[in-house]
Amino acid sequence: MTHFRFQGPRRIIAVMVAAAMSLAMTGCQESGSTASDEILIGHFASLTGSEATFGQSTDNGIKLAVDEINEAGGIHGKKVRLVTLDDKGDAREAGTAVTRLVTKDGVVAVLGEVASKLSLAGAPICQENGVPMISPSSTNPKVTKVGDMIFRVCFIDPFQGAVCARFARESDRIKATKAAILTDQASPYSVGLQEEFEKAFTAMGGTIVSKQTYNAGDQDFSAQLTAIRGADPEVVFVPGYYTDVGNIAIQARTLGLTKPLLGGDGWDSVKLGEIAGANINGCFYSNHYSHEDPNPKVQDFIRKYAERHKQTPDGLAALGYDAARILFEAMQRTPNVDGKSLAAELSKTSGFEGVTGKISIDAERNAVKSAVILEMKDGNPTYVSTIQPGE
Amino acid sequence: MSDFTQTLITAIAIGSLYALIALGYTMVYGILKFINFAHSDIVVLGAWSSYTFSNWLLKLIGVETKGMTTPPAIWVAVVVLVLSMAFCGVVGFTIERLAYRPLRRAPRLNVLITAIGVSLLLQNVGQLDQVFGASPQKMPQLLPAAELASFTFGEGESARKVVIGLVDVMIFVTASSLMLLMQYLVFHTKQGVAMRAVSYNTDTAALMGIPVDRVVSITFVLGSVLAAAAGFLYVMKYPSLNQPAHTIWVLLGLKAFVAAVIGGIGNVRGAVLGGFVIAFVEQFGAFYISTNYRDVYVFVMLILILLVRPGGLLGVTTREKV
Repeated sequence: MTHFRFQGPRRIIAVMVAAAMSLAMTGCQESGSTASDEILIGHFASLTGSEATFGQSTDNGIKLAVDEINEAGGIHGKKVRLVTLDDKGDAREAGTAVTRLVTKDGVVAVLGEVASKLSLAGAPICQENGVPMISPSSTNPKVTKVGDMIFRVCFIDPFQGAVCARFARESDRIKATKAAILTDQASPYSVGLQEEFEKAFTAMGGTIVSKQTYNAGDQDFSAQLTAIRGADPEVVFVPGYYTDVGNIAIQARTLGLTKPLLGGDGWDSVKLGEIAGANINGCFYSNHYSHEDPNPKVQDFIRKYAERHKQTPDGLAALGYDAARILFEAMQRTPNVDGKSLAAELSKTSGFEGVTGKISIDAERNAVKSAVILEMKDGNPTYVSTIQPGE
Repeated sequence: MSDFTQTLITAIAIGSLYALIALGYTMVYGILKFINFAHSDIVVLGAWSSYTFSNWLLKLIGVETKGMTTPPAIWVAVVVLVLSMAFCGVVGFTIERLAYRPLRRAPRLNVLITAIGVSLLLQNVGQLDQVFGASPQKMPQLLPAAELASFTFGEGESARKVVIGLVDVMIFVTASSLMLLMQYLVFHTKQGVAMRAVSYNTDTAALMGIPVDRVVSITFVLGSVLAAAAGFLYVMKYPSLNQPAHTIWVLLGLKAFVAAVIGGIGNVRGAVLGGFVIAFVEQFGAFYISTNYRDVYVFVMLILILLVRPGGLLGVTTREKV
């Protein structure tokens, strides 16, 4: 009897193992066949969370580029397929998402992220696995310093900080000598931008009268804003992301702090105007592109994007589009799409005519390009001026 | 002087919120001797249901929420507050009935772990697209952004204005009237006597003919209703609504819990006192020392108070019998 009891389960296990093996083998065959006529690229993005519009816009921009390349016949006759994973704006989730893209999905290149903190979480994984990663819009210098597989198609914070400082110091709209700063202390993006702004602003003869910090997601800024109000600055530099900036603007105006706020590309979202309402009017930020740019390339992109996604693209959508197109161009230049040769081709990118300006990748794998200053008017960003690099 | 007064006003408004939430923690602890970790999620539910109800109500009366500049009539805010209080009351009742009542005779640790489970359940269900979604939203403006009063300190160049916003006053008034109501309920009604009796000794209270289960249910409903009010007032003050599982909500609940402990957990007046103590320490610390450590002040305060008075400010120290 005991003999029988053992045999039953064993036989079942054997059958199950056999079934699992045959399943696994057919699985292999399937993925093998798809790999031959498709090129997989990955995108990790904050599709939900406090910076959800960042991820959504970027993904929409990339999708548009993917559709275009597929309509034009793909790359080397293969269709491009995009795998997008949500990282919820969380560094741990970003790490998981990139690991999955690289090891499980086996993508040939990774696009993302917007927030520098999240790019910094994903970059080491791409670097280790030899998969090129292009960040469309992370501006912190540290991102591409992770290694020779990490690229970006946007300008970096030393430039952006200097642009903001110059605008605060020299523009007729502000002409400030006294500035206050309110930084998100846990965000590499925010801290990096703050340092560069401070350096440039003081070098131009301005003084920083108050330095305050907050944590992303904070709801109450009255202590910081009361302190800033007491220091009586002419401009308040807030290098944060739009959700926090919206709250800060509301509370600043409630406290009677009427001086303009100034920020970086982290403000770029339709949600900013929605959250802050009239409180954000008369505030400025630096960005990668303006949808009011008359350049036919820009207008053409806006028309196509609006057709596909029923909205006006923000700067992040434009950068997502440019990042994907630069990647496709590099893929087309090389017959083999392995990590090494792709990275080599990417670093040769020069004078690429993108929606966000002429993009050349420098030796540090950063893009050198111009920035625009936008002003919030009736909840919408409007074009003020363009600042060229090295100007 | 102006900065001091401004900070004081903020501290009072935020203190009222902490006090409201702390009341829920303290009442449940007083009666069941366990910490209801799902309480802070009821606050979140109150905030998000206020958002849902006000969108629904505004649509019903034909007000366009997008680009709305003037707030609707004041009754809209009142209806939204009442609706979300009622809704959270029902949810609180259900949670107690389904999750905690079956564990009435189980060891306290089991209930505690269940509470954490309920908390996680509420957070993650709230994040579903069909419920509230995982993206932050903008609460429609229900109260006018008016300055109720403003004073000016100093003259000429150094003049500083102190602004008392309508929202701050509303928070304080609503919260204190709810707290006074609670005080009346607990200390001057028959229901209150029953609640206090259950909190002293559940078994004896049951022997005296007090329907313990009903008292517990009522306590949960009351705590949830106060939490909903706190959630509503919170989004009135901070109209951009974080997604239901954001860490900021956990921190809010944690601070209110600290308030309840500082005041002496189980003590209704202590919870109110604790709420204000926490808010003052947090706001003045943030203003006069550094905003970097605003959460640290709260927890340092907790340690200091517990060192001197282990039972909390108004609590009585009881020795556990072994």
